[in-house]
Amino acid sequence: MDKKQAVLKSKLMPDSLNSAEDIAKGSVQLLHAVGMHARPAVKLTKLAKRFESQIAMRVAGAVDWIDPKSVTKVMAMRAARDSIIEFEARGADAQAAVAALVRLVAQDFPDTSR
Amino acid sequence: MSDTVSIVIVSHSQDIAKGTADMVRQMVGKEVNIAFCGGNPDGGLGTDVPRIIDAIETVWTPKGVAILVDLGGAETNSEMAVEMLPPERRNCVVVCNAPIVEGAVMAATEAAGGSPLDKVRAVAEELSPS
Repeated sequence: MDKKQAVLKSKLMPDSLNSAEDIAKGSVQLLHAVGMHARPAVKLTKLAKRFESQIAMRVAGAVDWIDPKSVTKVMAMRAARDSIIEFEARGADAQAAVAALVRLVAQDFPDTSR
Repeated sequence: MSDTVSIVIVSHSQDIAKGTADMVRQMVGKEVNIAFCGGNPDGGLGTDVPRIIDAIETVWTPKGVAILVDLGGAETNSEMAVEMLPPERRNCVVVCNAPIVEGAVMAATEAAGGSPLDKVRAVAEELSPS
């Protein structure tokens, strides 16, 4: 699968069932050549920490969800290239958090000036 | 900028200290202030208390400073440097019990999000065997 297809494949699935608390879910394919190694993990954690929502992530099918705000846990999950990463967020900015995280992975962790 | 905890790298080797600081800047970014020192005043391997104090002063912020060290003397000299700071600053500087490179990257990643010093230290120390 080429990069554009993979980006198109990434999807965001808002869950509007719960009105008291925003819940958002999304999944995206990891494109990075060597998987979720150190630099992508740092970028992902820095981005996740900008949101107040509680966020969980896992490689699709994995038993355990981990907290993407913990860079050690993101590195330790050792997500491989082409694996599907799932995100789930709960909180006021859940939709924005999942959208931003999916975008970061779909765009293959671009360098930013932040 | 002082809304993030700063990082100080103390190694016996100037090259390791600089390389670690470079890694942190490139991997985490420039929002976290980082200083480093390594080597003795003669240019050999070692650590030097006045240089460590200078490094701490360079990046000092009331938010706090987390120090990452390599071996033995780097740790004891860093502790000595902290002891020699003005009393009001002493409580805002900690020496992390963590591997120097990994700990620095983890600590800086946590600091970049605005976390307080105790949280930054805890994240750096997640990698240490207890």
